[in-house]
Amino acid sequence: MQLALRDITKRFGALVANDRISLTVEPGEIHCLLGENGAGKSTLMNVLYGLYTADEGEIVLDGVTQSFDGPGDAIAAGIGMVHQHFMLVPVFTVAENLMLGNETTGLGGTLDVDAARERVREISARFGFDIDPDAVVEDLPVGAQQRVEIIKALSRDAQVLVFDEPTAVLTPRETDELMGIMRQLREAGTAIVFITHKLREVREVADRITVIRLGKVVGEAEPTASNAELASLMVGRPVELTVQKQPPTLGDDALVVDGLTVTDVTGLVHVNDVSFTVRAGEIMAVAGVQGNGQTELTEAIVGLQDHVRGSILLDGRELVGRSVRQVLDAGVGFVPEDRQVDGLVGSFSIAENLMLDRSFSGPFTSRFGGLRRAVRDAFAREKLAEYDVRAPGIETRAGNLSGGNQQKVVVARELSRDLRLLVAAQPTRGVDVGSIEFIHHQIVATRDAGIPVLVVSTELDEVVALADRIMVLYRGRIVGIVPADTPRDVLGLMMTGERPAGAVA
Amino acid sequence: MTDQQGQQPTGATGTTSAETDALDPAAQNSPPDELEKPREPEIGQWHTVMRSITSGNALVGVLSVFLAVLVGSVMILFTDEDVRATATYVFARPSDFFSASWFAISEAYSALFRGSIYNTRVDDPVTAIRPLTETLKFAGPLIAAGLGIGLTFRAGLFNIGGRGQMLLAGAAAGWVAVNVDAPLLVHLPLAVLAGMLAGALWAGLAGLLKARTGAHEVIVTIMLNYVGFYLVFYALSRQALLQAPDTVNPTSAPIPDTAVLPDMLGVRFNLHWGFGLALVAVAVVWWILDRSALGYRFRAVGENPHAAKAAGIDVGRTYVYAFLIAGALVGLAGTNQVLGTVTTGVTVDLDAGIGFDAITVALLGRSHPLGILGAGLLFGAFKAGGFSMQASQGIPVDIVLVIQSLIVLFIAAPPLVRAIFRLNRKGATA
Repeated sequence: MQLALRDITKRFGALVANDRISLTVEPGEIHCLLGENGAGKSTLMNVLYGLYTADEGEIVLDGVTQSFDGPGDAIAAGIGMVHQHFMLVPVFTVAENLMLGNETTGLGGTLDVDAARERVREISARFGFDIDPDAVVEDLPVGAQQRVEIIKALSRDAQVLVFDEPTAVLTPRETDELMGIMRQLREAGTAIVFITHKLREVREVADRITVIRLGKVVGEAEPTASNAELASLMVGRPVELTVQKQPPTLGDDALVVDGLTVTDVTGLVHVNDVSFTVRAGEIMAVAGVQGNGQTELTEAIVGLQDHVRGSILLDGRELVGRSVRQVLDAGVGFVPEDRQVDGLVGSFSIAENLMLDRSFSGPFTSRFGGLRRAVRDAFAREKLAEYDVRAPGIETRAGNLSGGNQQKVVVARELSRDLRLLVAAQPTRGVDVGSIEFIHHQIVATRDAGIPVLVVSTELDEVVALADRIMVLYRGRIVGIVPADTPRDVLGLMMTGERPAGAVA
Repeated sequence: MTDQQGQQPTGATGTTSAETDALDPAAQNSPPDELEKPREPEIGQWHTVMRSITSGNALVGVLSVFLAVLVGSVMILFTDEDVRATATYVFARPSDFFSASWFAISEAYSALFRGSIYNTRVDDPVTAIRPLTETLKFAGPLIAAGLGIGLTFRAGLFNIGGRGQMLLAGAAAGWVAVNVDAPLLVHLPLAVLAGMLAGALWAGLAGLLKARTGAHEVIVTIMLNYVGFYLVFYALSRQALLQAPDTVNPTSAPIPDTAVLPDMLGVRFNLHWGFGLALVAVAVVWWILDRSALGYRFRAVGENPHAAKAAGIDVGRTYVYAFLIAGALVGLAGTNQVLGTVTTGVTVDLDAGIGFDAITVALLGRSHPLGILGAGLLFGAFKAGGFSMQASQGIPVDIVLVIQSLIVLFIAAPPLVRAIFRLNRKGATA
């Protein structure tokens, strides 16, 4: 089935999320929609899926103009969507999830689970999926859950399949498998829309590439285009993709973690007997698929975790058992993984956010417990310029900034204290390419100032670009600590828990 | 008392609409960020709802008052004898009905004005201005308690315990007043401080329970209202504690002159220095919230406890401090009642519904000190004028309570107000 979007325009108040976007996807083609976060890709797909109504423009399937009042209409017309956050009921089985929204019932309203089961088996067999129809979804690995989503879409006879950032949650191996599935679907004649901001994946599977920036189509590209060409199309200016850095000047052992174990309230172990050392002037990058203990590791260092055993020594001083405030005062800079939840107070101004971890003492408070607002505002203006935060002024609410500018505010706050250690979790997640460049430079500059840095990232590109050494975590354990020049496929393998020969544990 | 407590379900109903409002993606005026993770549930809905209720904008507040007065007018029509009589032949002579209606409503509200601001029916200017001083007298404790509740709102807490905090404060202030013998300059401050301290500790208990055990402050403060009520009742029925020596009623001895708040404008008016203290409290709370590091932490914890925690702010301790200060302010209101407004002795109804009205005042004032000052004055006027409305027009004083409750209802349901006035969201949320 051929899908054509014609001049789709969608506005939210004054903001134009999609500005006359046109797109044609042929059957048996993988059409890649490339753009930064906030470029309007998801909005466009929500219009296609009937979740939003376009203000202008039309959706045409095989020459017939459609009007969707909701996802139900879109599904009936043959459009399937594999969402970034899976739309599955975790406690239902695969077959039950398949029926959801399309329940066939027998006499007296009994559910016809057998038919659904049969359907799962049939589609699984067709594409070589290994999915048990009676498995409970929450017990399945993430990659398998995604396959359930795909089966669900195919079971409704989807001719057009939309993948919305499908690789964000996958391991490199699962990503490769997904690429294989997409190719198979293409051979079967399905029209595929693949939304992503990862250049590597685009070049691997796409037949055609459309680049969107700020709600507009800014160009088409061939899969043969180089990463730099695609990136500059996305950002609108030339971008430096590699991080320029000198070999590290290593100092003494600064951060010494020994036998660290972190459990949660229920006793579940998230970090299991982890020991490593970071030297002054060194960047240790922690690689791993999301949810393998990285969050808990960083939070344990900062004092945000309650059930911590083992020892974390910073310059010889024990951090375990100290409050967050004591840890921060000891010179630990912390860029949290989710800046909107843990990093910023959205309704506070930039200036207020810049003093968030210095409200007890320091330059911004007076002896009598008052705020020294003039000092704070001068500091904020200085940092705004220094960190190139694009905002109308220091009074702008942090919540109104773009992801990249929000992250710059967090980084500015943490780096402007006297640091003895920097812990940066996902420092560039959801950040535009231009800001990534800047933040990476800052992290390297911190290292060059002789400060030990611990960077956690699920993006292998970022890990490889920044690291002096790489530590791979899998299910809370260290798989290995390897040099920065370790080949990607080895790292990818390690992220699935396999320990290669020669890796230091 | 039942009228006052009736406000709580009202608030709860409004909550639901505010919730749907917050969850409607198309109404958010911005496209969903593509990589945005859903927020963690614990700070999710309840927090969003609470923030949208407690920090709505001024326009919604004003419109809510307007709507409430409008609905109040309809109620007045229903209760007015003439209107009901003329309504029976409204089709025969509609003019009778409409003129009776107009007369009833305009008389009711002008009586409200005469009772609360300026009595146009007397010649002596001093007597004429007397209603205004009555308004200020009623406003004093409403402002003080409203500040206490508003401060907890800013720290992300719902303090429903105003009644219990006032009772404990009133009892403590009364005990010092009756049992300590000292000159005015020592006795009065001592009694006031004792009251504020008792209020602070009673509220601090709720803060401590929340910080240490995670008990929800709404439940805790409501229950502490009952505990406080019966504690004070017990004290008032034991002569060894608080009961006056020559009575069997649950009341204390009258407050001696050395512990009574002096008149602000001389003996011709009832206005006492409780109002002055409330004004001082407005300034102090403004400084705390807007200019102090402690207030900065209150606001940080109120707006995003996760970010506050990650930045080294002890959220639990901040909750305790917020409750301590809030309790002292609500305690000031209780002290005001015992040492200023009703000096004939401590009783269990000394709070006069102020503990609950203060929630409304804080909501209407958007938890800002100056807003609370304005809202407190408005509610003081309602209280002062309500009596004269009943006296001169025979309109039940409950109408005023209805109007007050409706204001809360409209504030708690901003989408309703917006829908009625066809406000576009952008203008309304600016």
